[in-house]
Amino acid sequence: MSGAAYNTGHSTIDRVLADFDAKKPAALARAVSIMENHRAGFEKLASALHPRLGHARRIGITGPPGAGKSTITTQLVRSWREAGLTVGVIAVDPTSPFTGGALLGDRIRMEEVALDPGVFIRSMATRGSLGGLASATRDVCDVLDAFGMDVILIETVGVGQSELDVARTADTTLVVLVPESGDSIQTLKAGVMEIADIFTVNKADRPGADRLRNDLELMLGLRPGATGGHEAAGHHGVDLRSLAPEEKEALRDAMNPARAARKAASSEEPDRWTPPVLRTIAAQKEGISDLIDAITRHHGYLDRSGELQARRRERMRERVREAVELKVHQRLWKDEPTVQWLEDRLPELEAGALAPFHAADALLARSGPLLTGTNMDAES
Amino acid sequence: MSRPIRVLVAKPGLDGHDRGAKVVAAALRDAGMEVIYTGLHQTPEMIASAAVQEDVDVVGLSILSGAHMTLFPRVHDLLVEAGRDDILLTGGGIIPKEDMAALEARGIGKLFGPGTSTQDLVDFIRAWFAEHKAQEA
Ligand code: B12
Ligand SMILES: Nc1nc2c(ncn2[C@@H]2O[C@H](COP(=O)(O)OP(=O)(O)OP(=O)(O)O)[C@@H](O)[C@H]2O)c(=O)[nH]1
Ligand SMILES: [Mg+2]
Repeated sequence: MSGAAYNTGHSTIDRVLADFDAKKPAALARAVSIMENHRAGFEKLASALHPRLGHARRIGITGPPGAGKSTITTQLVRSWREAGLTVGVIAVDPTSPFTGGALLGDRIRMEEVALDPGVFIRSMATRGSLGGLASATRDVCDVLDAFGMDVILIETVGVGQSELDVARTADTTLVVLVPESGDSIQTLKAGVMEIADIFTVNKADRPGADRLRNDLELMLGLRPGATGGHEAAGHHGVDLRSLAPEEKEALRDAMNPARAARKAASSEEPDRWTPPVLRTIAAQKEGISDLIDAITRHHGYLDRSGELQARRRERMRERVREAVELKVHQRLWKDEPTVQWLEDRLPELEAGALAPFHAADALLARSGPLLTGTNMDAES
Repeated sequence: MSRPIRVLVAKPGLDGHDRGAKVVAAALRDAGMEVIYTGLHQTPEMIASAAVQEDVDVVGLSILSGAHMTLFPRVHDLLVEAGRDDILLTGGGIIPKEDMAALEARGIGKLFGPGTSTQDLVDFIRAWFAEHKAQEA
């Protein structure tokens, strides 16, 4: 096999697929590039891989810059490898909006697992996408899934509060915070806080970790309906001694939402998922097995509750919508006569004789045949 | 739309001089390339494996330790073995002129020494890419 042989012509896709089936890393890597760059034949490749999807568990890892996402990723990979699972990692770093270049540095922390043949690590640049991932990240997840990876880990760029694409991409979202995040959880609340299936306070070797955990649990406990909503909270002057043990528990929970959240989150088979708030010292490999447990429990919950199917179905719906938008965009604006038609309307538009929305209707009305063409590779 | 050039910048061996590698990585990024930087103390196997997984166009090694005559050929061989003889293997550091020539004769390089302007490195990689890869971008 030669990488150079992948480079030209339309038989490329067949060659890549053959080597892909033979489990060659270079073919997997090239398949990823074809999807990432929408190179010639990417639709054919995606369609060939589609029937093989659905095996991998997709886990997103997000959190502020430097929180330890890559270090945690590496430790998770190690644990899963010890359990005999194969792992694909996608590590996303930002593209400079000014130069279009990117420095992708997540691999630095992944050295420990870099040579393991059961691990495939790919760095991606955001390339203008603002949601914390690259726009092709989901396509790349699909390629890794089709290759047969058991687990896919997706590390986002270091996020603030509005980069939430990871939740639409992963089955389970892990939010990594550090003790220093304490001051900012009120602002994080709006976004990152709500997409978390699991929290971990990393760098728990530093002061403030327990306090942040408690704050997070308090916040989770106070969420509407978070822990089943006990009425006891309204009762004043209850004599604890007169209560049955379960009633006492319920009252304690009601008076201490953080405690209630912690309890709900540690339930083995919950009906309703409450995000656990864990503590890790990733640099010292501490707390990783609890993290693995939580991820496994969440997966079980997703499975039992039907949520996994719902999330994957939503993903499929979005994928088709995105594909439609891409195709409409390309078919219209790569069509010379359409572009010219718009050019010719500009004087009327400028003179106020034609309104933009009317022009759009007219343009769509004349584009029927263009939009219904079915040539798979019309775009490439 | 043409895709960005992807480059792996790596420091093989025990050499701790990473200033040059960082300067070069930043310069290539600022020139619009996607640069994967793997840090210090990489083995040739790690470098080749990362190059394959990341599907890079270029591998750049920074070597100031004097071990260039073993490290460059080793990485080169591993890339060929992995079926990626199409990758440009280049780099720089403290490398005597005659060693540069010897390595170039084996299909490695061009290599660059101290004081090279980063613009020259950018121009070299861009020109190579335009000649060898542009048709598939
Ligand atoms: C700064 C420096 C250090 C710093 C390093 C700091 C750091 N984190 O990088 C410190 C003080 C730590 C250091 C230590 C040592 N150093 Co020192 N050090 C230097 C010095 C003075 C400058 C190197 C430098 O940073 N240059 C600036 C950068 C930008 O230049 P550059 O790396 O050459 O990169 C340019 C080109 O080479 C090329 N390039 C480089 N990499 C790449 C990669 C790609 C992909 C491309 C395309 C191009 C490219 O482009 C760059 C831009 O022009 C050199 C002397 C010199 N003039 O080079 C000695 C030198 C490299 N050191 C040397 C030695 C011996 C040592 C020590 C062993 C000393 C000792 N006995 O303790 C230790 C070893 C450290 C270790 N762990 O490896 C020797 C090496 C001799 C040899 N190879 O034969 C040198 C040459 C000094 C000498 N004349 O003896 N050193
Ligand atoms: N003290 C301490 N340091 C840690 C811990 N985990 C990671 N670090 C360090 O934190 C720094 C950043 O870790 P990374 O894993 O690169 O963090 P990241 O979130 O991936 O960073 P970006 O991808 O740049 O956003 C590194 O120096 C790690 O060694 C920890 O538990 N305790
Ligand atoms: Mg990272």
